[in-house]
Amino acid sequence: MKRAYDPTHSPGLGAYVALIILFLYAPLAVLTVYSFNGGNLVTVWNGASLRWFEAVIANGDIQDAALNSFIIAGSATVLATLIAIPAALGLERASRRLGVALGSLFALPLLVPEIVTAVTTLVFFASIKLRLGLANLVIAHTVFCIPFAMMPIRARVRGMGETLENAARDLYAPPLAVFRRITLPLLAPAIWSGAILAFVVSLDDFVISALVGDAGTTTLPVYVYGMIRRGITPEVNAASTLMLVFSLILAGLGRSLSRRRSRR
Amino acid sequence: MTQRASPLLLTSPALAVIGVFMLVPLGYGLAYSLLTASPYGGAELPLSTEGYVQILFQRDFDDSLYFSPTYLLILLRSIVLAGLTSVISAALGLPVAWFIASRPARWQGALLFVVTLPFWVNSLVRTYCWVLLLRDQGLINMALQGAGLTHEPLPLMYNDGATLVGLVYNFLPFMVLPIYAALERLDPRLIEAAHDLYATRRRAFLRIVLPLAVPGMRAGALMVFAPALGYFLVPDLLGGGRSLMIGNLIQSAFTSGRNWPFGAALSTLVTAGVLVFLVIAARRGRVEATP
Repeated sequence: MKRAYDPTHSPGLGAYVALIILFLYAPLAVLTVYSFNGGNLVTVWNGASLRWFEAVIANGDIQDAALNSFIIAGSATVLATLIAIPAALGLERASRRLGVALGSLFALPLLVPEIVTAVTTLVFFASIKLRLGLANLVIAHTVFCIPFAMMPIRARVRGMGETLENAARDLYAPPLAVFRRITLPLLAPAIWSGAILAFVVSLDDFVISALVGDAGTTTLPVYVYGMIRRGITPEVNAASTLMLVFSLILAGLGRSLSRRRSRR
Repeated sequence: MTQRASPLLLTSPALAVIGVFMLVPLGYGLAYSLLTASPYGGAELPLSTEGYVQILFQRDFDDSLYFSPTYLLILLRSIVLAGLTSVISAALGLPVAWFIASRPARWQGALLFVVTLPFWVNSLVRTYCWVLLLRDQGLINMALQGAGLTHEPLPLMYNDGATLVGLVYNFLPFMVLPIYAALERLDPRLIEAAHDLYATRRRAFLRIVLPLAVPGMRAGALMVFAPALGYFLVPDLLGGGRSLMIGNLIQSAFTSGRNWPFGAALSTLVTAGVLVFLVIAARRGRVEATP
């Protein structure tokens, strides 16, 4: 007399999850709608318009800040990825003890609170009198991008085993050829995933850029933070929405890469 | 026979960069916490424990110390808010993770993407959205007044509640992912068996799903508590002066406060606290994982 039973069905659970998704997306939707307001006041709706987006794009300070952000994020991503590829291979091939020790050290930028990383880096740069402008921020960003760039590569190294590399070695392929012809192509999707993650994390950073940077190195989040501090205006909304849209594009790119990887 | 690059050689660039630009700065932070503040920022000799003393005490005009709980309260608030953020995120995230884990495999990836997508959005933008909702002329107050429910704006912003909402909003995905990872391995036959033995849904959830979700919640708490403790943007934009957290205190010591040793002492304290917390949590997790 057993009735058909779906063990995973729970009444109301779907509605609850829908509410949580609403909680996650409604604030972003509100911002987006506000940013199309054509009026001069945030709170008074004055017809839909693109005028604040035009104002943002024409704003020279925002252009400079966006350029700084992209230079820093691009350089930090390339550096962090180049450092993370050999490190991921080394960590997975190390003895258990060494792997755990180095793995925890490389996770430090994730474990230490961001504000602490920011002020200690500031203290360090000030003490050794390192004033290289944007390069100071590139260094600081590279450090915290490394663990993000490394994560997907490590997972991939663990998953792919050593069979193919061993086969190539048995056929007398020199080490560099094994790396270029076997290891690198197998790792490529994970390298891209890690690079996108590092890029997003670098663009996202506010605290470290604000404290370590100086007047000439204002990044986009630092500039927009200053705008918010001066007052909530429709221009802030439009700038934030542009950042939002750009993040979503990167997220979509990341997802399509990870799907392609899992299909292989 | 081929020689292979040694693990130490392969990891040496990462070791050098993280060693020089992360580990050494942490050492500098520790050193600065034991110096004397320079009047225009920075720090100088002689050595002093003043940075640490200032966390609990203030100096009277005659240079005598008296206990001042201001900073201690900010430290406690940070710990309480970060703890509440972990607990609330776990409570909100558990049903979501369970829902995703119990869907057909082809839906799980898409659902996880939907839940984690907001995490990709710039954290400044994510926090700013809540300013638009909570401030006096914000959407919630406009809606309440428009509906005639209130006549004056409710003080939704610049309090601990606003900070907490912002923190939960920022960290919820970090909790859903590890709980999902724990529940994904759950064998649905366990629940079928419970049902065959006349367990109610509630009982099956409490006795089977919940215990299996605990390791995931613990992993999630590691990813939420420590970053939430030192978070800057949310208490800064939503909490304001009335809901300061450690992150704001450290930031102001290095900027407007011009008291680097005090800020460095706070940083050292927070870092030590977080690392001890993580080591204890990792130990406990390992002990429980080995039956």
